[in-house]
Amino acid sequence: MKTYQLNVYQGPCAVLSDLNLDIPRGKWTSIVGPNGAGKSSLLQAIVGLLKWDGSITMNGVDLSTFANKDLAKKIAWLDQGSSSATDELGDSLSVYETVMLGRLPHQGWLHLPSESDHSSVKKSLQQTDAWHLRDRPLQQLSGGERQRVLLARLLAVDSDILLMDEPLANLDPPHQADVLQWQDNLLGQGKTLVTVLHEIHLALRADYVIMLNKGKLHFQGSSQDPATHQALIALFDGRIRLEKLGSDWIALPN
Amino acid sequence: MQKNHFLRKLSGLLIFSAVLVLLGTLLGSTGASWNFIGSDQTLIFDIRLPRSLGAYLAGALLGLAGGIAQSLFRNPLADPYLLGSASGALLGVSSILCFTYLGNTWLELLGLNGGAFLGAFIGVLASLILAGGYRNSMRLLLAGVVISVILGAANSLFTFVRPDLFQSIQSFMLGNTTLISWSGVEIMAIALVLCLLVTLIISPVLDALSLGENTARTLGLPLDQLRLVLIGILALATGCAVAQTGLIAFVGLAAPHLVRKLAGGRQRVQLLFSCLGGGILLLTSDLIARTLFAPIEIPVGVVTAVLGGFYLLVLLRRTSLGARP
Repeated sequence: MKTYQLNVYQGPCAVLSDLNLDIPRGKWTSIVGPNGAGKSSLLQAIVGLLKWDGSITMNGVDLSTFANKDLAKKIAWLDQGSSSATDELGDSLSVYETVMLGRLPHQGWLHLPSESDHSSVKKSLQQTDAWHLRDRPLQQLSGGERQRVLLARLLAVDSDILLMDEPLANLDPPHQADVLQWQDNLLGQGKTLVTVLHEIHLALRADYVIMLNKGKLHFQGSSQDPATHQALIALFDGRIRLEKLGSDWIALPN
Repeated sequence: MQKNHFLRKLSGLLIFSAVLVLLGTLLGSTGASWNFIGSDQTLIFDIRLPRSLGAYLAGALLGLAGGIAQSLFRNPLADPYLLGSASGALLGVSSILCFTYLGNTWLELLGLNGGAFLGAFIGVLASLILAGGYRNSMRLLLAGVVISVILGAANSLFTFVRPDLFQSIQSFMLGNTTLISWSGVEIMAIALVLCLLVTLIISPVLDALSLGENTARTLGLPLDQLRLVLIGILALATGCAVAQTGLIAFVGLAAPHLVRKLAGGRQRVQLLFSCLGGGILLLTSDLIARTLFAPIEIPVGVVTAVLGGFYLLVLLRRTSLGARP
């Protein structure tokens, strides 16, 4: 996926400007930056929630040429903070029904869920260790359990590209490790993952890092490249340092 | 919900509805007619049966509209009379009552039912115009409140200018099922089938909205167009019911809450059950209104307000004690 001279707007204001990005196919790209850098806005623009101009292409095809449903089949999006949102109405779909919503882009209005829809939902719930929760109402789950269900909903779309805004929020360390494991599985299936992450050490586990600051591109490059590390330290005004721990990089405050 | 559980609950509601319609045909303020053959056929087939079916259908329309309003606006206190339909219908009726003495042919042709429907339609249209469209739910709700206040003020002006109309307008405001005719039943039945069919087909959009508007949009749903269709259904269902029965309180608000636990989370089931629940609530209230102080009938709107209000109080108490509504 590439963007060229991309400007993203929230109302009349440009929140991102002149972005030329190259998100590698079949890899994990993480987006980092200080608060208000425009990380979430970038994901929202890609899925059509915010207005943009310039160009966003996927395999050379401009995203603006896709119909809504086709775009929904190709790119799935997980909202920031969706796991902690509560519905005022108080009624709640079961976990299974919630994950089935991920199959909506594949279903017609008059069709009941097919066998392939059911098997996709089951597989997604099993992958996120939430199959045992399938009959529980979503609203009665803890934040971490709900996050796993919403990740399953994302998986059920069965899209080539998965955009995730803070996917590890609300998860305890064992379940964070599980998510990282199934991310590896997805990468093995050729999927492209793009995640917004605040935890620098997790962001550096990605293959590629995009850094945004004040609505502009600060740097993009391989997570193992020393130039990326230098750019990351500069992004946070030299207030962090990076240390190698085993095969991982960790960020510590200076 | 498992399929056999759903069918069992649906059958229960349908059987209960049929029993109520039968009771409505047998019972009246003039007494019970347990023997069909020996009873006054006109009383049973031309008065009680259309009244009972009409009350049930009006309740079903309000229940459906209430369910749509609560799901669409994600607000458990939303009711079908939001968006200016109630005050519009009331103003329509007041206008007809106020100006028919002038001898306008079109006003006579329109009649009270037509005036109520047209008023409800204009009320919703004005709310949509004031909100600048239908995309922003909160702005639309606020616009509905503003339009209701303005149209309510206009209605007060009518009653101020023509105090002799106060009783007729008050009767409309309390709701009335006594004058429902077979033609009214036909209109409501057609409207209900149409509204229910379209709603059930597009109900997945309401399920998706429970995940938040942004997530619903990324599922490839034409959210804006479907929201407009749902607002249209809300206006049509409310307008048809109000035109035939007046402003009956609480049915649209209480019916979705009555069936929520029974229906589970899926909107397709919730809206269907809300529709049946509305019919049951209004017809039960109508039966109580007819028989409680027979031979005097009390306005059905008073009974629905008492029953619905009492139920919501119980619900509030249970919720405050930690139970889920």
